[in-house]
Amino acid sequence: MTLRSPLATVLGQGSAKEGVHHWWVQRLTSVALVPLTAWFVVSLLSLPSFDHATISAWIGQLWTAVFLILLVLAAAWHSQLGVRVVVEDYVHGHGAKTLVLALVTFFHVVVAVAGVLAVLKVALGGAG
Amino acid sequence: MTERPLSPHLSVYRMSRYTLLTSIVNRATGLVLSVGLILLVYWLVAVASGPAAYNGARTVLSLGVLKAVYVILLATFAYHLFAGIRHLIWDTGHGLERAQAKRSAALVLICAILLFVGLAWWALHAGARAP
Repeated sequence: MTLRSPLATVLGQGSAKEGVHHWWVQRLTSVALVPLTAWFVVSLLSLPSFDHATISAWIGQLWTAVFLILLVLAAAWHSQLGVRVVVEDYVHGHGAKTLVLALVTFFHVVVAVAGVLAVLKVALGGAG
Repeated sequence: MTERPLSPHLSVYRMSRYTLLTSIVNRATGLVLSVGLILLVYWLVAVASGPAAYNGARTVLSLGVLKAVYVILLATFAYHLFAGIRHLIWDTGHGLERAQAKRSAALVLICAILLFVGLAWWALHAGARAP
């Protein structure tokens, strides 16, 4: 059985191989987020204090910074994919949908860049 | 858009069915966790902004309202984690039979409650020594 339409067969149109991209990245980020979130929650709850000196020293450790950056990136990407589907389902009207999707994307990029830069700044010793 | 006929939905489904419920709860918890991501980045930016700014942000983050949010975040994290793992197992083609899906729905709920209670207990004790 083929899933290609007769017209697509005649026109010789094959798969653009992008149909599963959203699905695949959502799975990829979810797999990454299992250990990353587990590490984050355990690390956070293990910290002796939440004062600035303790937190910046913690973020200053190389692997803390690495995992925090990966956490922010994977979470932002995963969140963007999830919120996008919700918008696609519940926001009606082409114009409104496009606008909200654009805002959602911009917002996630801002969150990701701010998070990564904040971690880098602390890790590289700029949070005096 | 509004003139187009819409097939009857929502009202025709039995909302109490576990299939529908687990699906919508997974989506809702995902949205809540997106808010959690904003809080996380707000906190990271505060750390990067220096001790004075951090103490200001800490006052905001210690508000009673946000403590309720942290409890909700912990619960939603616990649920979304196990519901997500259930989805990943489904993706491998396993556990799709009706009886198995019903069992795994219950298992997700039990694991989520156990993890939530464990983490909340830990957070309470951590909070006792470091507010």
